[in-house]
Amino acid sequence: MPDFPAPADPRFGLARRVTLPGPLTLDSGARLSPVDIAYETYGTLAADAGNALLICHALTMDQHVAGPNPRTGKQGWWTRMVGPGRPIDTDRFFVVCANVLGSCMGSSGPASIDPATGCPYGMDFPVITIRDMVRAQAMLLDHLGIGTLAGVVGGSMGGMQALSWAATYPDRVRAAVVIASTARHTAQNIAFHEVGRQAVMADPKWRDGAYYDGDPPAAGLAVARMAAHITYLSEAGLTEKFGRRLQAREQKSFGFDADFQIESYLRYQGLSFTDRFDANSYLYITRAMDYFDLAEEHGGLLANAFRGTATRFCLVSFDTDWLYPTAESRSIVQALNAAGARVSFVELTSPYGHDAFLLDAPELERVVGGFMAADR
Amino acid sequence: MTLRADLAVIARHVPDGARVLDVGCGDGELMAALRDTRGVDARGLEIDRGNVAAAVARGLSVIQGDADVDLAGYPDQSFDYAILSQTLQTARAPDRVLDELLRIGRHAFVSFPNFAHWRVRLSLLWGGRMPVTRLLPERWYDTPNIHHLTVDDFRAHVADRKITVEGAWFLSGDKSTGGAAANFLAEHAVFLLTRN
Repeated sequence: MPDFPAPADPRFGLARRVTLPGPLTLDSGARLSPVDIAYETYGTLAADAGNALLICHALTMDQHVAGPNPRTGKQGWWTRMVGPGRPIDTDRFFVVCANVLGSCMGSSGPASIDPATGCPYGMDFPVITIRDMVRAQAMLLDHLGIGTLAGVVGGSMGGMQALSWAATYPDRVRAAVVIASTARHTAQNIAFHEVGRQAVMADPKWRDGAYYDGDPPAAGLAVARMAAHITYLSEAGLTEKFGRRLQAREQKSFGFDADFQIESYLRYQGLSFTDRFDANSYLYITRAMDYFDLAEEHGGLLANAFRGTATRFCLVSFDTDWLYPTAESRSIVQALNAAGARVSFVELTSPYGHDAFLLDAPELERVVGGFMAADR
Repeated sequence: MTLRADLAVIARHVPDGARVLDVGCGDGELMAALRDTRGVDARGLEIDRGNVAAAVARGLSVIQGDADVDLAGYPDQSFDYAILSQTLQTARAPDRVLDELLRIGRHAFVSFPNFAHWRVRLSLLWGGRMPVTRLLPERWYDTPNIHHLTVDDFRAHVADRKITVEGAWFLSGDKSTGGAAANFLAEHAVFLLTRN
């Protein structure tokens, strides 16, 4: 695990948290104040602050992209990509990663205390959007003294944020890397999320979101995670990993235990998720993703989101990703072309489906590393 | 680095600072040369993902795509030059690709191997076998060149489609050869075209 020395400036370093007064005006019209943001930084900010790079995380990830996660003791979730000498080189870039608004890893979300009541917000937390997450990140960058970003990089929901950054603050983004992502949620994407939300809300322990004084709706959240997890993997990957193999038994039980390995695996994924994630945050963040439609924010034409942009774009998709398939990336590329933007795009091969961007993907590292090395 | 002969011809004739789309750009060799020596704003389209990765790693803006399909997304006249080097004969619909080039670019450079070169003719005439030459190294079953053409085929085609030829260069090895006997002597040809 790389060693990141503690910088002298207390705003910088691992496991940072700041409370900004706000108010943050949200797409819904609501105003959030104060705004907590938990984040980490790696590397050294240049004197002109010109080497800052923002990593945007996916739905259930966190700010511990390259440093150790203090909660789990595990290494960061993207150490393949971010670190000293890695494709996103922390010897060169000052890397910032912040927990998204609405999440539960230290940034403001439904589990945070509502200053109006002194109790957790629960469902009184305002509904947020991807653009609201980006606005909160921009507030953090203002606090850190960062104007323009050398790059914004994200996979999945992180890619949505990268797109939203480029559309919302075009003058603050020199380059955007959008991996395994989309410019809008399709009916199928929304459908899967709705299954997950209904599973949470059907759990009697959910209690309209006011469960913070008792047991959380773990059973519902586990089912939500199980359904979502299927969408992150490819059919071929599942077949290769599990097939129809039975779990620690010679024959079928003629019952409803986890006979199959895939059942056991999904149950484990669901249960372990409930230890680290807040059910209400899951509702809020999936809602934000479902509301995301960058074209809609720009008069129905995606190219309008990027008209006149000077940002360089790099998009990557994976051939086995059926959650955000290559066609979604291609439509973004077409819009960027129509807007005259500088854009690179490649579809990579992987057996792993949507999750490929987090796993061993040397070609991805080569493309992202090359793309970011060209920043000048 | 020395550019392939047809690319060198194209590079010599692209003006400084032009906006260029290189269709079938490979690993971005020409684009990098144009960017580094001429300040050209170059974009690329390339079908092979390994080549795209190599080009992006050079800091070039390259999109993975197929000239037969993915040119449709580019706006009209959005580039000064569209370049198609050694790719025309691999297209499923080369005539439509040519139309797309001239829609997207105000001018188009097109280079292709000449199937009427004397060596190709000899190989077919005396050997009775599909030619395998320096420029056409693949055998009949594994060649990407599915629409072989000759210099005279191309001249007839552009005349038929009312496309203006603004320039033509003919190469045998790395040397230039004249236009008059090009259909016999040229290994490959470079045409500069416009529809304006």
